[in-house]
Amino acid sequence: MKVLVTVKRVIDPYVKVRVKSDGTGVETANVKMAMNPFCEIAVEQAVRMKEAGVVTEIVAVSVGVAQSQETLRTAMAMGADRGILIEAPADIQPLAVAKLVKAVVDKEQPKLVIMGKQAIDDDANQTGQMVSALLGWPQSAFTSAITVNGDAADVTREVDGGLEKLTIKLPAVITTDLRLNEPRYVTLPNIMKAKKKPLETLKPEALGVDIAPRLKTLKVEEPPKRGAGVKVADVAELVAKLKNEAKVI
Amino acid sequence: MGILVIAEHDGRQLKPGTTNTITAAAKIGGDIAVLVAGHNCAEAAQAAAKVAGVAKVLHADAAHYAGGAAENLAALVVSIAGGYSHILAPATGFGKNFMPRVAAALDVQQVSDISAVVSADTFVRPIYAGNAMATVQSADKVKVITVRATGFDAAGEGGSAAVEALAAGPDTGLSKFNGQELSKSDRPELTAAKIIVSGGRGMGSGENFKLLEALADKLGAAVGASRAAVDSGFVPNDYQVGQTGKIVAPELYIAVGISGAIQHLAGMKDSKVIVAINKDPEAPIFAVASYWLEADLFNAVPELTAAL
Repeated sequence: MKVLVTVKRVIDPYVKVRVKSDGTGVETANVKMAMNPFCEIAVEQAVRMKEAGVVTEIVAVSVGVAQSQETLRTAMAMGADRGILIEAPADIQPLAVAKLVKAVVDKEQPKLVIMGKQAIDDDANQTGQMVSALLGWPQSAFTSAITVNGDAADVTREVDGGLEKLTIKLPAVITTDLRLNEPRYVTLPNIMKAKKKPLETLKPEALGVDIAPRLKTLKVEEPPKRGAGVKVADVAELVAKLKNEAKVI
Repeated sequence: MGILVIAEHDGRQLKPGTTNTITAAAKIGGDIAVLVAGHNCAEAAQAAAKVAGVAKVLHADAAHYAGGAAENLAALVVSIAGGYSHILAPATGFGKNFMPRVAAALDVQQVSDISAVVSADTFVRPIYAGNAMATVQSADKVKVITVRATGFDAAGEGGSAAVEALAAGPDTGLSKFNGQELSKSDRPELTAAKIIVSGGRGMGSGENFKLLEALADKLGAAVGASRAAVDSGFVPNDYQVGQTGKIVAPELYIAVGISGAIQHLAGMKDSKVIVAINKDPEAPIFAVASYWLEADLFNAVPELTAAL
């Protein structure tokens, strides 16, 4: 079966994010970018399913600026067969992304769409569920295990108190949680091979999707800072502070 | 036009987060209706009716709403969305799962995880793991919102709303619920606890978490963990506090053997008092700690437990 995976280009998770002094957003100029970690897990899952013989073709899709091609090349170095970039501004919002992904799904007809549960930039945690709703497909959000059985999949989801087990009909949308797998490192030979894989570029208009933003960002600020802490010498002093100063025990 | 709050519950009681969401709804302003959908959840509907500020409770009961099944629950919410200006749910595993489906079906850009209400169309939400706070204004006719519980106080009791039965919608049949494996614990839930004792990679093993459990039991606290501790297999994932785990803000948060990765700080830095115990004087956790103790946790934790 064919699988579609989505990948997003975000600020590298190990970079300390700086809020711009004019309050319009965070600094992205000359900042290291990377594939969103949850998207890496999605690609890895698709590649493992292909290695296991469950999946025959992996199509990687990214919605974003032209440099998202690099993110797609990374996905292809991990094992995706081809890439589709839908060129859009970096601050495109989840509903518009979901509509674009749905349009590609309508064209490509995959049996499974695997997406990261959340992007670590806007932390919205919406797009996978939205794609699933727009398609009228079942979803498994925050997934930590997948077994495909013919026209259904048994999935395990991370829920607040533990785990939940579902059987979902295929086609379906799955969003990944951390425990689903550990993504592989890309090797140099695979990076070279990925350069030769097909990469198609599309415009939102060509897919008939209106990507006008619905949310307006009025300002972006630093979070409130915590006051300087106090170093305590030993456990006795800590207990005294908690009892008499903070009054929390 | 009123506000619809979707309750998270266990059939008998509202789960923590729901009453905070009702407070967020009250800040927006308008009559508040609470939807309690589930299987055998009449008691939870009665509990919702007693929350201060609630004007009406809608109770939908059917087997296909068990476990908060996203497809069925979203379809039910969409079917009654017409009368409301705002639809809110807690930004927990429950709310995050089905609310984007509601938003997409209504052609609305959801506002996720708000931590403050500025006005009926403007909200504050954390981005980049809480390293920046964005103020956003929604142009959509209906506002679909998930609420970060730690940004709002829990609404108290004192209401006496009417409970109306709402006919269940059809089962979409897209998904079959095969049950849950919930961690059993006599300790309070992480998101409801007044005190949390959390361990990180420095704990060294799952076995060593017993030290934290002993301390937690002395304090009536919940036990949490950093992603590093979860990834190392010391404890299950539902212990995880952080950007991709649970967001907590207890009165007292005791971080033991946790270095303080951005990812972890995102989940606990709004706690009232933070205590950090770590032997590394350079640990970033000390920058957010109210009190910090540079010490070997294997000596300090038993000593602290004994001193309480």
